[in-house]
Amino acid sequence: MDDELAISVRGLRKTYGENVAVAGVDLDVRRGEVFALLGPNGAGKTTTVEILEGYRRRDAGEVTVLGADPAEPDAGWRSRVGIVLQGTGEFDELTVAEVIRHFSGFYADADDPDKVIDRVGLTDKARARTHTLSGGQKRRLDVALGIIGRPELLFLDEPTTGFDPEARREFWELIRDLAAAGTTIVLTTHYLDEAEALADRVGVIAGGRLVEVAAPNRLGNRQDALATVSWRTPEGTLESAQSATPTALVADLAARYGGEVPGLTVTRPTLEDVYLTMIGHAR
Amino acid sequence: MTTTTKPATPVTATRGRSPRAGALALRQGRLEITQFLRSRESVVFTMGFPIIMILIFASIFHGTIGGGVRFTQYFITGMIATGLMTVSFQNLGIWIPIERDRGVLKRYRGTPMPKWVWFAGKVIMVVAIGIAETALLLAVAVALFDLDLPGTAAKWFTFGWVAVLGVTACTLCGIAISSLARTARSGSAVVTPVALVLQFISGVFFVFTDLPTWMQQVAALFPLKWMCQGLRSVFLPESFGAQEPGDSFELGRVALVLALWCVIGVVLCLTTFRWTTKRDG
Repeated sequence: MDDELAISVRGLRKTYGENVAVAGVDLDVRRGEVFALLGPNGAGKTTTVEILEGYRRRDAGEVTVLGADPAEPDAGWRSRVGIVLQGTGEFDELTVAEVIRHFSGFYADADDPDKVIDRVGLTDKARARTHTLSGGQKRRLDVALGIIGRPELLFLDEPTTGFDPEARREFWELIRDLAAAGTTIVLTTHYLDEAEALADRVGVIAGGRLVEVAAPNRLGNRQDALATVSWRTPEGTLESAQSATPTALVADLAARYGGEVPGLTVTRPTLEDVYLTMIGHAR
Repeated sequence: MTTTTKPATPVTATRGRSPRAGALALRQGRLEITQFLRSRESVVFTMGFPIIMILIFASIFHGTIGGGVRFTQYFITGMIATGLMTVSFQNLGIWIPIERDRGVLKRYRGTPMPKWVWFAGKVIMVVAIGIAETALLLAVAVALFDLDLPGTAAKWFTFGWVAVLGVTACTLCGIAISSLARTARSGSAVVTPVALVLQFISGVFFVFTDLPTWMQQVAALFPLKWMCQGLRSVFLPESFGAQEPGDSFELGRVALVLALWCVIGVVLCLTTFRWTTKRDG
């Protein structure tokens, strides 16, 4: 067992009746890494993550999370793993501070509840009943419960679904903050910009298989992909050319047009382009 | 949001001592009680229902039912038993599916909290609310309907063990039946008819011996009939025992049937309890 690895998965399989949810996943997540599992709904993200969290049993494969098999979770292991589930809004009758204080009692080495409330930006709402919170605020409460035990490893299942753009930015700051402090983070998302903004590495999962694992800017060999150079001819029609040496092509065009090239753009495939190709929905 | 950071705790670092389990259970119980008391539906339904029923029934029926016992006394005794069943069986059978559906149970399972602490919290809540409710019912019954409180230590003792055994059996069955509900809303659809039918056939609303024999026999399979009978031995005169189906209050059989239901309840809980909903895998 490699001590540098927070998570090690080999040949993970899980089926529900006829339906194969996870069809042989291999995956390593290093300690201190932010790893994003990206994939469409029904691709097997949540099943995979819930097996790693110790909620579901696997049918086959070897799984080690923080040095232990999550199928047999004990209290010591549980206290080192933080979980932010998909659902929200569970303790309607209690206040934010009451819920967070209560959960802090489960951990031997819990963080200070007031500090955590401040950290997730709920200080103004600490005394509010949780059913009065907005969707984004409820999600922050979920995160607060995920980090109250000062976990070494934090799972976040689609943490920013339903957030407005500003709330997402703030949320990203919180995640970066946790990552900077050394927490290993595994998040699932179907937002590409989120994976790109937060993750050291991205794993694309489709049809129960891990299609590729790479740094966001290297996914689908993005950095080596041909660039598309396009410009407008004097007649007004749009020309474009694929090139491995776009700089030379642009210099060439500049010479041809004697200076400014009208309507010039140079693009490489976006993360979205490679992602859609990978999951088989290429436009 | 602030930018406070904390050092990640390495695996080898010594963690603080684990929270004491007993203290955890008490905290869990306090949280459950707080949630219960703040939920208006629970308070009205669980605490209010038996009192309203007593006020209505006792105001309608005035006759005596033999042995010099007024129907009011008979009925109040049945409502105390019903109250104990409501606070345990119905309360848990309705709320646990809601909590399971909302993912509350799943969330607890993701923490280092020992599983039994959650059950202990529910039991503490049931016991605390059950005591409060019974005291309230007795106060109303003594103040408005001349119910006589038990006069001897022996009767209080009987009251105690019948209540404890009955609540234990109903709590376990409430936890067990909660797994039958597939969604949050179906909990009350599963539990309420069961509870209502038991009330009708177990001698709460009617004098038990006036019911058809087959109905008495069906009722005798379930705990409520025996809880009512046990409590009648506490609140009704000794001589009324002769009016019971077995010509006495049959306290030995009361204890036996309730204890048996405790065993059945434990077995059902252990074999059927789910922390997550079916669709959650």
